[in-house]
Amino acid sequence: MVLNNIEQLLEKYHNGETSLKEEQQLKNYFTQETVAPHLEMYKPMFTYFSLSQEEQFTKDVPLKTNKNNLYKWISVAAVAVLMIGFYFKTPQSSTEDLGTYDDPEMAYLEVKKSLEMISTQFNKGASSINYLAEVENTTSLIFKK
Amino acid sequence: MTQTEFLHIVMPFKDKVFRLAKRLLVSREEAEDATQEVLLKLWKNKKKMQEYKNVEAFSMTMTKNFCLDKLKSKQAQNLKLVHSNYQDNNTSLQKQLEFNDSVNWVAKIIEDLPEQQKLVIQLRDIEQYDFDEIAKMLDMNNTAVRVALSRARKTIREKLTKTHNYGVK
Repeated sequence: MVLNNIEQLLEKYHNGETSLKEEQQLKNYFTQETVAPHLEMYKPMFTYFSLSQEEQFTKDVPLKTNKNNLYKWISVAAVAVLMIGFYFKTPQSSTEDLGTYDDPEMAYLEVKKSLEMISTQFNKGASSINYLAEVENTTSLIFKK
Repeated sequence: MTQTEFLHIVMPFKDKVFRLAKRLLVSREEAEDATQEVLLKLWKNKKKMQEYKNVEAFSMTMTKNFCLDKLKSKQAQNLKLVHSNYQDNNTSLQKQLEFNDSVNWVAKIIEDLPEQQKLVIQLRDIEQYDFDEIAKMLDMNNTAVRVALSRARKTIREKLTKTHNYGVK
């Protein structure tokens, strides 16, 4: 009775008409110890199917997160920016634009004015050290003796 | 998506991916590489993964395509893999040597099937997907899957009967 059923199932199986449940039934039948002699040739097939079902993937998959990479590159960039910053940090450059005169007459007058200012200021400063001459006078008095 | 979440999704079917790759590429190392590649691709596109309805079916399709591409490029390079010395370690678990031999026979018979039939046998008889899922994975219609499966099973039966009766008749 059971055998009859199995044979029918086998026929259906080979026509590709069995459901998963029926296939499981076949598998169960053929993986047991004793199988009807005339069906024995199917045994290795179903055993093979069950065996292959157990094979596993054992290799590791290196999953890298992109996030870490991003942080790494940000830190590299930050260091680079810092270094460039230090390298180019020169004392206040004197290349500031002070403006210019188009008219040479004006320029001349302006220069004259500035030079005059410098000279008056200079004279003023110089006059305040005139008294140093006193030191000269006294020392010469002393050392002449 | 974090790594653990990803692994949670991928873990249940990674073995299936591997077995499918192995069915097509035959050698274990190649199959491992292919699986790794497929999983890495999934990981790279993890943002899109939520959009897929069925990640498992999608990965199986991806694996199939990847392996077929690989086989194609191998043929193009005229470097055919020679698998004659290949041995399946798995079946050596079997105690009886003779029985072990006939189980190996099945592996060899399946190896000789056309690629599509190999795929169908793998997905149906080993991984036990239903026809709709297989049809979706292989981009075929339902009847075509059944026909391919029936042909594959009949070929296996025929060859098994031959080897089984060898020396008897």
